[in-house]
This record gives sequence, C-alpha cells and structure tokens, in this order.
Amino acid sequence: MTCEETRLLVHALIDGELDAGHASAVEAHVASCPRCAAQLRDYRVMRQALSAPALRHQAPAALRARIEGALPPRLAIVPQVAPSRRSMLKGLAMGSVLSGALAASLVVFVMHRQEDQRLLGDVVSAHLRSLQGDHLIDVQSTDQHTVKPWFNGRLDVAPPVVDLTAQGFTLIGGRLDYIDGRPVAAIVYKRRAHVINLFVAQTPTTQVTTQVLGPERRATLEQVQGFNIWRWTRSDLGFWAISDINADELQEFGEKLEAEVRGGG
Amino acid sequence: MAADGDGEDADKARRFRDAALPHLDDVYTLARYLLRSAADADDAVQECYLRAFRHFDGFRGQATKPWLMAILRNVCRAEFARRSGAAGDVADVAEDALPLWQEPEISPETAILRQRDSATVRALVAALPEPFREAIVLRDIDDLSYREIAEAVGAPIGTVMSRLGRARSMLRAAWLKSENEPEREERSL
Repeated sequence: MTCEETRLLVHALIDGELDAGHASAVEAHVASCPRCAAQLRDYRVMRQALSAPALRHQAPAALRARIEGALPPRLAIVPQVAPSRRSMLKGLAMGSVLSGALAASLVVFVMHRQEDQRLLGDVVSAHLRSLQGDHLIDVQSTDQHTVKPWFNGRLDVAPPVVDLTAQGFTLIGGRLDYIDGRPVAAIVYKRRAHVINLFVAQTPTTQVTTQVLGPERRATLEQVQGFNIWRWTRSDLGFWAISDINADELQEFGEKLEAEVRGGG
Repeated sequence: MAADGDGEDADKARRFRDAALPHLDDVYTLARYLLRSAADADDAVQECYLRAFRHFDGFRGQATKPWLMAILRNVCRAEFARRSGAAGDVADVAEDALPLWQEPEISPETAILRQRDSATVRALVAALPEPFREAIVLRDIDDLSYREIAEAVGAPIGTVMSRLGRARSMLRAAWLKSENEPEREERSL
C-alpha cells in the first residue's frame, strides 16, 4: 500500500469504516512508514479531542420548547418527497473533485465493509438456521472421504474436508447452504456439545484487493450477535468458521484445520 | 382523506417527536458551526424542524439523523444567501479553488500534536473553510457514519472521504501552527 493510499485510508481506519483485512494492510504500511505513522498518531489525538462533549452545543431549552410548541396536530400537511433524495441525485450528477480518482478507487474498501457486515449477518443466519430442526446435516459421516466427494457436482468448488477428531474437533458431516445468495459448502464439526459450522465458498477477489493485500488475507476474528466467527482466505477460497465456543478455541480450530489442509490432509 | 382528523395529526406529531427530537442537539451543533451565530442557529434549527415535520409524511424508512441534517443544510443555504445577497451553497464551494494546505514539513518521528483545551479546538474547527468544517462536524462531533454523511450532504461516499481527509489535514496544519501561539481565551463562536 502506498503513502498516498494510506493518507486517505487512515481516516477510514480511525473512523471504523474499514474492514479488518484492509485495516491490517493500512496498519502494516504505517508500521513501516514513520511519516504515515505520525499522521495516524496526530489524527487519533485530534479525533479524541473532537469527541469531547465540550465541542458539542446543547440546544437551548427555549428552542426545544418553541419546537415542541409548534408541533400541534393542526399544522398544515404538505406531502412531498424528502429533499435528501433529490439533493443526493444532484450530488451524484455533479460528481466529486479533489483526488476524486483516488478516492473513487479506495471507496471500494469502505463499501466493502458494508458488504462485509451483510455477509457476516448471512453467516450468522445460516448458522442459526442449521441449528433448528433437521437442517444441520445433509450427509452424515465422520469420514472425510465420504463427506468430501458428496460436494462433487453440487458446488463449483471442492472444499477441503479434514477430520480433526484427534485435535478435539469431531467431523460430523456436511450440507449445502446459501450465503449471499450463493451455494456454499457447510462442513459441520462438534466440540463437546457445541456445533461449529465451517462455510467454504469461492471469494470473488477484486483486482485492487489482490494488488493491495496479496492473495492471502490474514485470519480475523469477528463477533456478531454473540457468535464468534473466525475467517480467513486461501487462494480463491473463503473460510468462515462460526460457533458459540469461545474465541480461543475457535481460533485453535481454524489454525489446526489450516495446518491439516496445508499438510496435504 | 377528509377524515384525517386530530387523532391522525396527533399521531403524526407523536411519531415525529419520537423520531426527530432525540437529534436536536446534533442538529443544533451543526447549525452553530455552520452559521457561527447562536441566534441564527436557533432560527435555522426551528425552521429545520418545522420543515421536517411538514415533510414527515413523505419520509419513509430513511435514517432520521442524516435526513434532518440535509434539511438543516438547505435552511442554512438560504441564510447564507440572505447574508450575502447572492446565491450560495454550503457544499458547492469549488474545493480545488481553495488554497492548498500543505502537509506540514516537520520531522515525522518526533512531532506529535499536543493536547489542546476544548476552546482552542473549537476555534480551530470554526476557522476551517466550508465544506471542510462541515465534514469535520458531521463526522467527528456529530458522529455520523460515512454513508450518513453522504446522504446528508448529497454527495458520493468517495467525495465524503476525500473531503474529510482534506479537512483533517487542514485542521492538523492549523493545530500545529497554533502550538506556537499562546492558548486562546475561552470564547464563543
């Protein structure tokens, strides 16, 4: 990542508008660039100072009372479309200025985060669905050589299926699930009484993402609705492991699985 | 239609109060920073809420806060036009036409912003030109997300990002510059 890109993205970073993967790319650049590091430090000082309550203004009680008083039920009603829509269109038509090209190329990261939140929501929903009724398993087997071929012809990817019983995670089967409207492989493990769903899907990596981050993205832990999600990517496969077991155990699961897969299991 | 009596209006007023009044301080804060005058801010916010209430029927499922901010900006725009006697737009300032604020050339490893008291910070923000002042207030003081800001100012997220980046860079430069000056006396905007 270049200094110029970082200069824009540090803001998205401190504003919490970057997804974890890009956040770590910015942080990696900052770690090796004193100049960008100084900027990030300063912007954090500024952000802190600006969030002080003293920077805000409190509406005077008299103003609040006037507004309240002007809201009787008999005010004339003029139905009209809210102005924000129209001005939004106008804004789009006018386009932007100032490093517009760069901002446009980087905005994908911010949009990506929003996309990302939706995706994680999907993962949680699929996990919850799987725990209800008889949804958990389509192919029930503790044998990886039974589960893996079952996905053939059902998916456009061949998900790695490994048995981790020796490591304390028992393979119990697999099923087809849907995330983001696409079919994905769900491989199901158990840790004591807890279910772990491992979703595997092809990740459409955009060119810019690959350029910035390289093909492999560092694994990250997310917490959504009380569930832990450990996710990572390898080549063009995305992995999401979700469970209610604690974060350390889930991370252990992810790392053992990755080690096993890399070991040719 | 002929039947929309007091009950319906009262219900609308109640829904409006629930949706809009919790954001009063946020809207007022933006008005103070945009207009730099307490009296004008009072008027603008009152007008904003009356307009919002009139248009509340057409308001469906959007986030209330950016919607209110968008209305306030329109009200402020009218106020600027009144002040200058000419049409003006908070956001339509040609951003490239403003003097470029260079990143300060200071030894990056050692320089770090000193903490400043709130009165000084407020004065630094107040001194920023539009639309950069607005970007800082919406994000850092009123705590809107990028998407909400984009909706409030009617610009794409990319513009919001570059504007905010520019605004913070300006603020940082002014901040560093001010460190060589004595602390300011407490003053209002």
